[in-house]
Amino acid sequence: MTDSDIQKVVQEELNNIAPEADLASVDPAADLREAIDIDSMDFLNFITAIHKRLGIDIPEIDYPKLVTLKGAITYIAAHLKPVASA
Amino acid sequence: MVDFLMPSLGADMEAGTLIQWLVKPGDWVKRGDVVAVVETQKGAIEIETFQPGQIDQILVNLNTKVPVGTPLARIRTAGEAKPAAVAAPPAAPAPAVAVPPAAPVVERPPVAPPAPPRPLPGAAARVSPAARKLAEERGIDLSTVTGSGPDGAITYADVERRIAEAAARPPPRKAAPTLDLAAMRVAIAAAMARSKREIPHYYLEHQVEITACEQWLAEKNAALPPEDRILFGALPIKAVALALRRFPAFNGFYRDNKFEASQAIHIGVAISIRGGGLAAPALHDVDQLPLDDLMRQMRDLIQRTRAGRIRGSEMSDPTLTVSSLGERGVEVLYGIIYPPQVAIVGVGKAMVRPWVVDGAIGPRSVITLTLSGDHRVTDGHAGALFLAEIGKLLQEPDKL
Repeated sequence: MTDSDIQKVVQEELNNIAPEADLASVDPAADLREAIDIDSMDFLNFITAIHKRLGIDIPEIDYPKLVTLKGAITYIAAHLKPVASA
Repeated sequence: MVDFLMPSLGADMEAGTLIQWLVKPGDWVKRGDVVAVVETQKGAIEIETFQPGQIDQILVNLNTKVPVGTPLARIRTAGEAKPAAVAAPPAAPAPAVAVPPAAPVVERPPVAPPAPPRPLPGAAARVSPAARKLAEERGIDLSTVTGSGPDGAITYADVERRIAEAAARPPPRKAAPTLDLAAMRVAIAAAMARSKREIPHYYLEHQVEITACEQWLAEKNAALPPEDRILFGALPIKAVALALRRFPAFNGFYRDNKFEASQAIHIGVAISIRGGGLAAPALHDVDQLPLDDLMRQMRDLIQRTRAGRIRGSEMSDPTLTVSSLGERGVEVLYGIIYPPQVAIVGVGKAMVRPWVVDGAIGPRSVITLTLSGDHRVTDGHAGALFLAEIGKLLQEPDKL
């Protein structure tokens, strides 16, 4: 999965929570809670969705690493299980 | 035979539009089944029946706006014989509103029947019949209309002006399709204005150390997948519910110049709607819910509320509301009581503060709890004890 694929997944899941948010215009380093007005329940739903969709375990202690678009993509890329190449 | 009525989904609701039937004549229903969807100022609300039985007859057509208390359907109770020329149906138990005369049973035209006269909140403002009819047709709460007639009487032109004002508002940002944010704003305005007009609020605040809660949650959540994790916000809600068992004077409704305590503890949760707006539907019997179930139900309630899928009972029966803006950096929040409730508890942001524990100063997480109480029902002394009890319960999160 490339960073671009991960970005697509992250944006899809965030748009499920905040349908009106234009994520293309959000600063990748901006705190998503403020940038697209999500609260702790929204954020938990985002984490849950990523966990279910990509199988990544995201402990609570790591939440701060995923509060920006850039941080979320970097974290997911680092924790995705490598897929054996054919 | 029992009539299934248009319920009152809040003190400010006068009418609702039937937009979907989920049952048909002959269907069996049990207590708590969602049988219809009603459009109100607060959005589309799923309406449950509290009368088990068999649907005998649908009385109101789709897209018909009818006043609160109007029979929407007839339910044959279990054990009743085949329908015959039975006597007048008994009054349905659920809504605590005046029931208008029974509606005609056959061939209702898809228009709203005349509304029963309802007193306006506050001063006895006069309203011309034409103005009242127009307001009802357009879903305008008359308490939000300023009268320009003699002695402040509300005229047809006043209602027209109010409708134009509502239409002139900028369109809301994209939100859930079934939520009409402009209408929701009108409903909030009516309820909050009534609260400030009628309820003599008193306000108290109390600081509570929550280190124990934070440590307990971190430990518990570390072993759980994300879908089962508990947010801090669930803890004060449970603590409030347990405290209400000891302080029932904060749990219930002020109606007809007297307080009616509620046996059940249904906590209204203030939920912000994306794009603006606010709803405070109820979590039911919170004092009896294990924390895991409370969190699951809270998550479901918030998702459904933001998607515009609240149920009727959730809108009509909160016995006290809890509101929190801590996540938005607000340290102290003084709520406005949602009538006919008699109290609202505010939860502020967790702040790390110097705190004295066992004679030594150390950094501790502290929140500010507030209570807005109805002085017609309780006094500050009782309020202080109630807040202190909530704080005490939060020191032992494993017992919540």
